[in-house]
Amino acid sequence: MADQQPVLEIRDLSVEYRTARGVVRAVDGISFSVPKGAILGLVGESGCGKTTVARSITGVLHQSARIAGGELLLHGRDLVSGPPKAWLDARWREISFVPQSAMNSLDPVYRIGSQIEEVLVHRGGKTRAEARARASALFEMVGLNPGRLDEYPHQFSGGMRQRVAIALALALNPSLVIADEPVTALDVIVQRQILDVIRDLQQRLSLSMILVTHDISVVAYLCDQVVVMYAGRVVESGSTREVLEQPRHPYTMGLTNAFPDLESAAHELVPIDGSPPDLSQPLVGCRFQPRCPFSLPVCSSDDPRTEVAETGARFACHRHAESDLLRRHSRDIATWQRPQ
Amino acid sequence: MTSAQTPTHPLVTASGLSKRFAAPRRLSDLFNGQRPHIYAVDGIDLCIGKGESVGLLGESGCGKTTTGRLLLKLTEPSAGSIAFDGVAIDTLKGNDLTAFRKRAQLVFQNPFDALNPRFTIERVLAEPLVNTGVERASHRDKVEKALAQVRLPPLSRFEGLFPHQLSGGQLQRIVLARALVLEPDFIVADEPVSMLDVSVRAGVLNVMREVRATLGLAALYISHDLALVRYVCSTTLVMYLGKIVEQGPTADLLKMPLHPYTRALVNAVPVPRVDQSHEALPIIGNVSDARGQPRGCRFRDRCPMAVARCAEEEPPLRDLGQGRQVACHLA
Ligand SMILES: Nc1ncnc2c1ncn2[C@@H]1O[C@H](COP(=O)(O)OP(=O)(O)OP(=O)(O)O)[C@@H](O)[C@H]1O
Ligand SMILES: Nc1ncnc2c1ncn2[C@@H]1O[C@H](COP(=O)(O)OP(=O)(O)OP(=O)(O)O)[C@@H](O)[C@H]1O
Ligand code: SF4
Ligand SMILES: [Mg+2]
Ligand SMILES: [Mg+2]
Repeated sequence: MADQQPVLEIRDLSVEYRTARGVVRAVDGISFSVPKGAILGLVGESGCGKTTVARSITGVLHQSARIAGGELLLHGRDLVSGPPKAWLDARWREISFVPQSAMNSLDPVYRIGSQIEEVLVHRGGKTRAEARARASALFEMVGLNPGRLDEYPHQFSGGMRQRVAIALALALNPSLVIADEPVTALDVIVQRQILDVIRDLQQRLSLSMILVTHDISVVAYLCDQVVVMYAGRVVESGSTREVLEQPRHPYTMGLTNAFPDLESAAHELVPIDGSPPDLSQPLVGCRFQPRCPFSLPVCSSDDPRTEVAETGARFACHRHAESDLLRRHSRDIATWQRPQ
Repeated sequence: MTSAQTPTHPLVTASGLSKRFAAPRRLSDLFNGQRPHIYAVDGIDLCIGKGESVGLLGESGCGKTTTGRLLLKLTEPSAGSIAFDGVAIDTLKGNDLTAFRKRAQLVFQNPFDALNPRFTIERVLAEPLVNTGVERASHRDKVEKALAQVRLPPLSRFEGLFPHQLSGGQLQRIVLARALVLEPDFIVADEPVSMLDVSVRAGVLNVMREVRATLGLAALYISHDLALVRYVCSTTLVMYLGKIVEQGPTADLLKMPLHPYTRALVNAVPVPRVDQSHEALPIIGNVSDARGQPRGCRFRDRCPMAVARCAEEEPPLRDLGQGRQVACHLA
């Protein structure tokens, strides 16, 4: 059924960077797909490869990077093995991107309004007058005063520039938006306003989206599905409710557990001690093993297989059958505290 | 500031602090002959004690970064004065200015343009030590210590790497480490951990609390994360369009906000649960802007409680006792 075809399917994608320290395999064989009209949250610890995935899809990886394997199927057609021109076309017509560094994505020498109008005229086929009106509407949509369209990027605050980048990404009604931490720089009221705009576009225009974020509350508010990465791999994925309420991977448990809220914030926050492995070295066993409070001897020797539940949820942990028990332990702070 | 809150050992004090920027003229300005301005910071007073952590909350574009830059003398005020450790900073020069720069550090809001792209990470971190003449033999130790504080692996993992080769959250922690490496007395941390997930963030924030306790570091935390402010800051200030509209002990302020803007902010905090409400917030939808100095309360167009007086009279920041101050006619 054509209708069931995901907008994007990622199959076994690997991405490597060449560095002075050797080759870093930042993304190592990940797979997931984005159904039409769905918002998918991509979460995981700093440095786990989220931006690398986002940039791979949009075809704007750094020069030192290369896709070392796998497929990126947009409406069923592989971008990686296809002609570069097809990828470029897709990027302009169908996929839009809010980079993590969106605050500096504007050109400092042109007025903000003319940068937006330029995009609307050259890529959206609008007339000058239409573009001006649409630029004003886009400004209002993200809570900016259209009276300031004629200012330069340096005259805007960090969050104001971030909102311009979001408005630009939504300007041409793309079918897929890849947004890398789009609302991180915004206060909770403006953030909420923008999340509601995105939800509205999803409902009215069947917008699909990959939302990279570290904020579990944003995932809970907006995302239908969530993919959790750790050290270049997907460790867990599924519907937002299933993953947040019944995490099966210890990393996800630690992540949902450490969340401070306004009432409990006075208590100790519980970090997951240690750091992720060096991705320029060959790795054996589960990548979370050195930090996992539940690890068994097999975890250091064997890579855990990815299991699939009836619900479609996926998880890669040797102890997945005991996840109810581990979840109970994970709520106890002492589980995560190690003797120094 | 004349409040009960003035700390016993003030480190940074500002009074009547203002910064305005020229705004492009609109057609209407040509007719009435006005020179339009953005009032980014409009007459604020604040005081941060030695070893005290103060939180600064407020809407995007309300003047938080500008306030931080003024306190560190990275931009000059249009009016008002700032004293650091009892000395006015506007006239600092030569050695005094260098000493001030060493003691007061900025953690930039945007880590992607905070670092020299041509310097290796190692050089980025050692640079402040070199510039301030710290003896070379101690550099390596100090840099390793700062990396550990921000929960990054040792320097060997960054050998030969440049800023663009790091992820956003790694870069953000390098920026924080660079500010900590000089062991300053005061930092303005502008969204210092916004790109970190909770598991890493918790570790960094615990260290920040430790550094305050052991080294007496004073800090102004600019953040959109109310839980962070709750966790780290004893006192919190809330800004709205260039003005401080509320301040007080963080726990009380968040538990019982008095200004309608603070209330809206607290109510908008998302929770990490799937079944949260998607109801529209009462104050969403209006566009606010720091252009001009309107009469009355700046929040009144968006305020669900506004009365006639709010359009006429600007509410002053009033002392309500117990360290709490609010600028609202109805509070
Ligand atoms: N241009 C590059 N050259 C070399 N290594 C890189 C480059 N970009 C990223 N890396 C490395 O690849 C890994 C993944 O980086 P990536 O930016 O994808 O992480 P991320 O999940 O987006 O993290 P964050 O949440 O901190 O933004 C990191 O260890 C990073 O240091
Ligand atoms: N160099 C400048 N020239 C003109 N206007 C400026 C300049 N810097 C800041 N502004 C304006 O001053 C106001 C306050 O900006 P500031 O960067 O202090 O906001 P902020 O509270 O830090 O916002 P955010 O949370 O989005 O970073 C904004 O309206 C901004 O557009
Ligand atoms: S496989 Fe082992 S080490 Fe990895 S998460 Fe599961 S229990 Fe922990
Ligand atoms: Mg990233
Ligand atoms: Mg700012």
